[in-house]
Amino acid sequence: MYDFLISPFVEFEFMRRALVGAFALALGGAPVGVFLMLRRMSLTGDAMAHAILPGAAVGFLVSGLDLFAMTVGGIVAGFTVALGAGLVARLTELKEDASLAAFYLISLALGVLIVSLKGSNIDLLHVLFGSVLALDDATLVLIAAIATISLLTLAILWRPLVLECVDPNFLRSVSGAGAPTHLAFLALMVLNLVGAFHGLGTLLAVGLMMLPAAAARFWARDLTAMIVIAVAVAVVSGVVGLLVSYHLGAAAGPAIILVAGVLYAVSLVLGPVGGLRRHLVPGRHLEA
Amino acid sequence: MSIRRTIFVLCAAIASALPSVAQAQEKLPVVATFSILSDFVKNIGGDRVSVTTLVGPNGDIHVYQPSPADAKKLANARIVFVNGFKLEGWMDRLVKASGTKASVIVATKGIKPREMADDDDAKGGQAHEHAGVDPHAWQSIANARVYVANIRDALVAADPGGKETYEKNTADYLAKLAAVETEVKDGIAKIPAARRRIITTHDAFGYFGAAYGFEFIAPQGVSTETEASAQDVAKIIRQIRAQKIPAVFLENVSDPRLVQRIADETGAKIGGTIYSDALSAEGGPASTYIDMMRHNIRQLAAALTS
Repeated sequence: MYDFLISPFVEFEFMRRALVGAFALALGGAPVGVFLMLRRMSLTGDAMAHAILPGAAVGFLVSGLDLFAMTVGGIVAGFTVALGAGLVARLTELKEDASLAAFYLISLALGVLIVSLKGSNIDLLHVLFGSVLALDDATLVLIAAIATISLLTLAILWRPLVLECVDPNFLRSVSGAGAPTHLAFLALMVLNLVGAFHGLGTLLAVGLMMLPAAAARFWARDLTAMIVIAVAVAVVSGVVGLLVSYHLGAAAGPAIILVAGVLYAVSLVLGPVGGLRRHLVPGRHLEA
Repeated sequence: MSIRRTIFVLCAAIASALPSVAQAQEKLPVVATFSILSDFVKNIGGDRVSVTTLVGPNGDIHVYQPSPADAKKLANARIVFVNGFKLEGWMDRLVKASGTKASVIVATKGIKPREMADDDDAKGGQAHEHAGVDPHAWQSIANARVYVANIRDALVAADPGGKETYEKNTADYLAKLAAVETEVKDGIAKIPAARRRIITTHDAFGYFGAAYGFEFIAPQGVSTETEASAQDVAKIIRQIRAQKIPAVFLENVSDPRLVQRIADETGAKIGGTIYSDALSAEGGPASTYIDMMRHNIRQLAAALTS
């Protein structure tokens, strides 16, 4: 048991770093994922991941595999798209999903164009796929800092954010905090995606954000409980995924996300809240 | 990825439908898929051919995505030189999409492919498209001679008027290759036998190792497309510790982060950058094949003899 669970982390520093990275991503990303899910913005994360990619690609073209340049590029591109889409949705008749789709497609096309102008000899998608096994000090600090900022911001914005999720019109009628809250939340999402793409690559970054949130939905109605469960699911996915990669030789990033996927499937079937179980095992009728 | 491929095929179709300009050049227009092959062709063809390279200096040919401009280059070419051994997985579709009438010459024809020692299937489910064959044949100078002969024959067939030039260039180039080969063998001889063992980022030096007696260990398989698993990395770290492997080397085409991590963790020193699948840019340390081989052996010798 010790050999199976503990010794990989004791023996190898890269495993410990991967573990710390996965924990930080779980702590920052999973709560953001829960809010995204409750606001019916689950696919927004995926769109934003594509919007970030060109910014990071430009950063890479300017100064190579430089953490700072790629992060700044990603954040700038992500913020531009998130804020632009958010503003358009608030100021015009266009709904959020449509304006986001428009913005992220423009950003993606622009990025691909810039890359091909510079010469297409390096497959950027490939280079930009971070590896959770190769986290250096600077990347770890960045991911941890992003997790810290996320948790603090969520703590401060908790009430308006919850109100915005359940009843945005009410929030708008009692205070002007709606728009700033929304924008701050979008900014958080961008930060977490940028952090996660260093560790997992853009496509999989969204996985550790949304899958735990979706799994948690089947276990709790209460928001706090849902977030705690989502973080727990993400943490377990990180640990088990790394162990799977270590013992079975599967690529690390996909292994982590697939474990999260398995946990989601289990929750879907067994979860007590609104899952498949109520169809499989009909409960007693409620009587007055 | 599939969307990108679809877009590419569409664009390629459009590009090839356009009338090809400047067909009637004096020089024989040929295309080579990557910088090393292109260097061979330039040396043999000399002034009589104009060589266009698809994947330029420092480009990673394993994961290359062709562009419509590439299809156009093919459409205008008389000969297309490819490495073969499934190095250019994207080439067949590109040739079809471009509608080129050029003859496609496989430069490795006649070389005995080195089977990948698939000691385990730890390289993930991708089982990379190479089907067990190592494509990096040019890393052995004996094989480079075969490349050169194949290129000469193809050029002579396409341009019989230049036969003498091509044969003279080939003879000159073979002499240079022989000189470098001596240099490589001398360099290896200076390294103590127990230290002829290093880590690189992807498995590109199989032919080099087999030809000159050197062991290369890499976390990635023969294609840079595969992603290393924790198991692969752990195995290599154990191996470095157990066998006291003195140095790890970076490659110009690969992501250096993983190997840097391994170096940090084991205390093996980073020996420098060696060139595997692409030459350096003009003015760099390895802008021709001969410079590349010379640079690599000097880097190895410098890190391992001290």
